Amino acid sequence: MSGPIVDARGLHKHFGALHVLRGVDLTVAERELVFVIGPSGSGKSTLLRCLNRLEEPSAGSVVVDGIDMLDPRTDINHARQRIGMVFQSFNLYPHMTALGNVTLALRKVAGKSRAQADALGRAALERVGLGDRAGHTPGQLSGGQQQRVAIARAIALEPRVMLFDEPTSALDPELVGSVLEVMRALRESGMTMIVVSHEMGFARNAADRVVFMDEGAIVEEGPPAAIFANPAHERTRAFISQIQRH
Amino acid sequence: MSSWARFVETFLNTKVMLKYLPDVLSGVVVTIELALLVVVTGIAAGLALALVRSLGIRPLNWLIVFVVDLFRSLPPLVVIVLIYFGLPSVNVSPSGFVSTWLSLAFVLMAFSEEIFWAGITSVARGQWEAARSTGLSFGQTLMSVVLPQAVRLTIPPLTNRTIAITKGTALGTVVAVTEILGQASSAMSNSYNPSPLMMGAAAYIVLFFPVVVAARWVETRLAWKR
Repeated sequence: MSGPIVDARGLHKHFGALHVLRGVDLTVAERELVFVIGPSGSGKSTLLRCLNRLEEPSAGSVVVDGIDMLDPRTDINHARQRIGMVFQSFNLYPHMTALGNVTLALRKVAGKSRAQADALGRAALERVGLGDRAGHTPGQLSGGQQQRVAIARAIALEPRVMLFDEPTSALDPELVGSVLEVMRALRESGMTMIVVSHEMGFARNAADRVVFMDEGAIVEEGPPAAIFANPAHERTRAFISQIQRH
Repeated sequence: MSSWARFVETFLNTKVMLKYLPDVLSGVVVTIELALLVVVTGIAAGLALALVRSLGIRPLNWLIVFVVDLFRSLPPLVVIVLIYFGLPSVNVSPSGFVSTWLSLAFVLMAFSEEIFWAGITSVARGQWEAARSTGLSFGQTLMSVVLPQAVRLTIPPLTNRTIAITKGTALGTVVAVTEILGQASSAMSNSYNPSPLMMGAAAYIVLFFPVVVAARWVETRLAWKR
């Protein structure tokens, strides 16, 4: 396969008077891990949410895996199966078990039988190291475990690309490692990933490219070593020194 | 005659009670029929309205809100009287039973719509987003993810409302429905003794107490394992 798997161009997003995205272009190649950093309110999350159309861009184009996401003729529910998303607040379904969370879309969207869905769901939970927690409800799991179930829920659908929206920001520090571990394994399996996060250590080790956003636009991007050691822009430098002081 | 004996003679008169027991029991049957009809149709209609409202079609929602607010503000008795005495002028003549059923069902529909709607809107936005991001449609998300959570939240207020409105079956007496209170009060007039009313009261307790207990049981059963 040639060409980028995610190709977003000229994205603008207005929330009323607020201009949150101001012409963002982002292309991501297959198997690439792109890390998006930037101050809060810089539009990182909105950019991510425009890619699977949880947020409707005000202008621009989004093509994912060859599918025009903004075309009204696109079956958006079908297209979204190819784009896994993991949220800061996990958003597991509290009335279902871990397995129920993972298999819901397999049954309802991918059309698997209950037996097939259960087998795939268990395999996905196994991949995130929670094979023994299939019957637990979210309330019985730690934050780190909940987030791993959320990752399992997304990867069970075998997406072409995974979006992570601050996946470790709501976690206690000692639980962050387990989630990053799963993300690292996912990356090694060749998953294309776009990650919005403040985990700079992870970015340094795992990212192919770091994108720095500020005020709704991409200020600069490049390999992590270059961005962290020698940012070209003053704003990037200020942000990185801010982050690294902590 | 001691005052206690006089009290028993007046309010718990066995002879009168035995004589009118069959009447009150037939009233119990009518009340149960009426109550079941009201609860099933009222809550089903309320849920249906709440689901339609969640589609977010503006003019339709204005209409729903208007109808719901109307039936929430009107006393059920007024609705019963309007239907029973008003509809014949357009050549529809519902019986007292049907009038009472429709009125209470409309009122319960209005209140339960509001309760279901509050439940639906109180489910976190993130639940919608997570479900939609996996490709579930709006309807699938509503039915599989949002509604099960909303219903859990609505059970306590819904039970309260349902019991309060179902007790309104007693209002059927004004339009000659032979339910518990109607039977008891006519027995009271015929016997010049209020004992049948006490039987009626006992019948209401026997009827509604299990409902309250059952609701509490459902509530604890549906609580999420934490």
